[in-house]
Amino acid sequence: MEAAAGGLCGSGPPLLLSEGEQQCYSELFARCAGASGGGPGPGPPEAARAAPGAATAAAGPVADLFRASQLPAETLHQITELCGAKRVGYFGPTQFYVALKLIAAAQSGLPVRIESIKCELPLPRFMMSKTDAEIRFGNTAELHGTKVQIPYLITEKNTFKRIDDEDKQQETQSPSMSPLASPPSSPPHYQRVPLSHGYSKLRSSTEQMHSAPYEARQPLVQPEGPSTGGPGAKPPRHQASLIRSFSVERELQDNSTSYPDEPWRITEEQREYYVNQFRSLQPDPSSFISGSVAKNFFTKSKLSIPELSYIWELSDADCDGALTLPEFCAAFHLIVARKNGYPLPEGLPPTLQPEYLQAAFPKPKWECALFDSYSESIPANQQPRDLNRMEKLSIKDMADFPVPTQDVTGDDKQALKSATDEALPKDMSEDSATPKDSNSLKARPRSRSYSSTSIEEAMKRGEDPPTPPPRPQKTHSRASSLDLNKVFQPSVPASKSGLLPPPPALPPRPCPSQSEQASEAEVHPQLNRAPSQAAESSPTKKEIPYSQPPSKPIRRKFRPENQATENQEPSTTVGGPASVATVKPHPAVQKQSSKQKKAIQTAIRKNKEANAVLARLNSELQQQLKVLGVELSTPFQSSPDIP
Amino acid sequence: MAVCVAVIAKENYPLYIRSIPTENELKFHYMVHTSLDVVDEKISAMGKALVDQRELYLGLLYPTEDYKVYGYVTNSKVKFVMVVDSSNTALRDNEIRSMFRKLHNSYTDVMCNPFYNPGDRIQSRAFDGMVTSMMIQARRGKESLVARAPGAWSPEEAAKGGAEDL
Repeated sequence: MEAAAGGLCGSGPPLLLSEGEQQCYSELFARCAGASGGGPGPGPPEAARAAPGAATAAAGPVADLFRASQLPAETLHQITELCGAKRVGYFGPTQFYVALKLIAAAQSGLPVRIESIKCELPLPRFMMSKTDAEIRFGNTAELHGTKVQIPYLITEKNTFKRIDDEDKQQETQSPSMSPLASPPSSPPHYQRVPLSHGYSKLRSSTEQMHSAPYEARQPLVQPEGPSTGGPGAKPPRHQASLIRSFSVERELQDNSTSYPDEPWRITEEQREYYVNQFRSLQPDPSSFISGSVAKNFFTKSKLSIPELSYIWELSDADCDGALTLPEFCAAFHLIVARKNGYPLPEGLPPTLQPEYLQAAFPKPKWECALFDSYSESIPANQQPRDLNRMEKLSIKDMADFPVPTQDVTGDDKQALKSATDEALPKDMSEDSATPKDSNSLKARPRSRSYSSTSIEEAMKRGEDPPTPPPRPQKTHSRASSLDLNKVFQPSVPASKSGLLPPPPALPPRPCPSQSEQASEAEVHPQLNRAPSQAAESSPTKKEIPYSQPPSKPIRRKFRPENQATENQEPSTTVGGPASVATVKPHPAVQKQSSKQKKAIQTAIRKNKEANAVLARLNSELQQQLKVLGVELSTPFQSSPDIP
Repeated sequence: MAVCVAVIAKENYPLYIRSIPTENELKFHYMVHTSLDVVDEKISAMGKALVDQRELYLGLLYPTEDYKVYGYVTNSKVKFVMVVDSSNTALRDNEIRSMFRKLHNSYTDVMCNPFYNPGDRIQSRAFDGMVTSMMIQARRGKESLVARAPGAWSPEEAAKGGAEDL
């Protein structure tokens, strides 16, 4: 076909291209022309629209492509002149193919001459350089630091690696494909005009074709698809023939590649990036991000609020105010597209629909299995991509394509929200029909919003690293004081005799714990001291010291220490924390024997803090003095206000 | 079927107002504004009952010679007002109710958008599209009426045309 075109145009030398070359060149040309249609800025689309039949490739992507061939600039200039683009002023198909051939020649080391393209040449190789990619994505730097650039850089490299792979594949398969070579070459000449015609049109056409591929397993039939599909150009159709020999899965890939929405296809690297971002917001990949969290996150992209609102509207397919992983990826992708200058589509492109995304990107563990099977057929599917960086499908993009077990029937939107594993076979069944159409679907999202609140809480919990309150290992905590309490009780009887007199005589010793828990200790201990001390004073209540420990947990930890030092301390300490920990002295008494060992251990511990403790004791003593004054006036009282 | 659709906030300022005959918008704005009084009246009339028991659909607020105005209030006191051409079919109450239900659903979708601040003007394209579909149907209904009965207009034919367009 190219030969014919070359002959018809007559402006360039007659081209004799092999089938592999034909396909490669046509795809590259479509990519460049398509890039003009979908490229950043409104200018190129109009140009493409204006000349749908002229099949011109915009200079920008073409220049980038040529630069990717890594030939010196002079060579490229020569090639441009030779191919006639300079003469005619644009890159028509003939010029483009001639240029590509010349590039191949130059890369093989042949001089850049018209004659050199007459012989058989390998396909030109294009390697994207990092600098080029960075320049293109310079505006994304502000978006998310350098993170965003990385996926694009990788995709850039992969784009042209793919070309190479595809070239090889085409060469190997060209003999088998010869009958199909000519018809498939026509689809590429369906310009990427669809992109400029508006995505709604595309979607309608893709929807038509969506069903067709499912039935037409035979790739032979597929080339006719594009012609019937009208402007829904399917350049990958001819690639469908490439994968004819592959399994059913690949054919299904073909179906997915039928979507011409190149800028809206998420590459694997992008997908991983989105998933990581999702995880940073919501650890559980199968649940939602709430609206407010997503809003904060997306606001960082510095897009205007109306645009973000519109992007949300597009991506939140079930309108529940929360984003699942596929919805999040779609939204993120749209934001990135917008940041790169792509106009936002009228409706959610089919490649960004949650069902598609969920099926196309199974969970990572699945992808590994799919990669191997898809590795060969990647280039076939990805070829028609223009130099649009948004959706460079790399070799790993095989995972893009739906799992073989797709059901055309059965629509289960809820499956989207459930585990993706089950959702996979059902998701593809959901057609590109907008979920908003059915009220029944809306009913479900409403209920989902309730769950999102719990998820929000979970997220918040996940977001805020639990900072356990510092637990003073020292004995100043209540727990330890509790132990002290029990510990102290066994020792109480030892000093029981000596404790009786001290309580009335000496105010309860303040323990270090008491001073720390001043707010608690003073309120409770004082109250508790009263009853505890009253209990102490009452001979009827067993041993007074026993009552004291239960009432003041704070003091308990100090008890063993006090015991070791002064007999009076136990009483005071007993009075202090008694109320808080153990209420009744009776149970404490019974546990003496078992607590003795603990008492010894804690005593050893407490002895080390004697200095600080003594200081606090002082203050406590003073307080208790006052209390004692009250206590003595009122003899025995039960302890009603033990907390 | 509607000629004009308006969404009024709780504080009685318009969140969204759109009419089909764009040349006479002011008249519709005025009509919607005056209908707010009727809405408040109706709300207060059944206001003694609990809010839950109050029905959202208010029904015909008031008819004029050319138009009929229907009202609908949500539980958050957001009002939907719809102006319908009187000559345009004898619209059944159910149809009006279903239109309001659609409006309410779309409004809820707008509210679900975290980037939408309650009280802002509604700029959602989905909402626009839904309202347009409601109004376009009305337009088409009118045209079909004319086509069917260029000379004589009879209620039966008008009803047929309207029903089909629904």
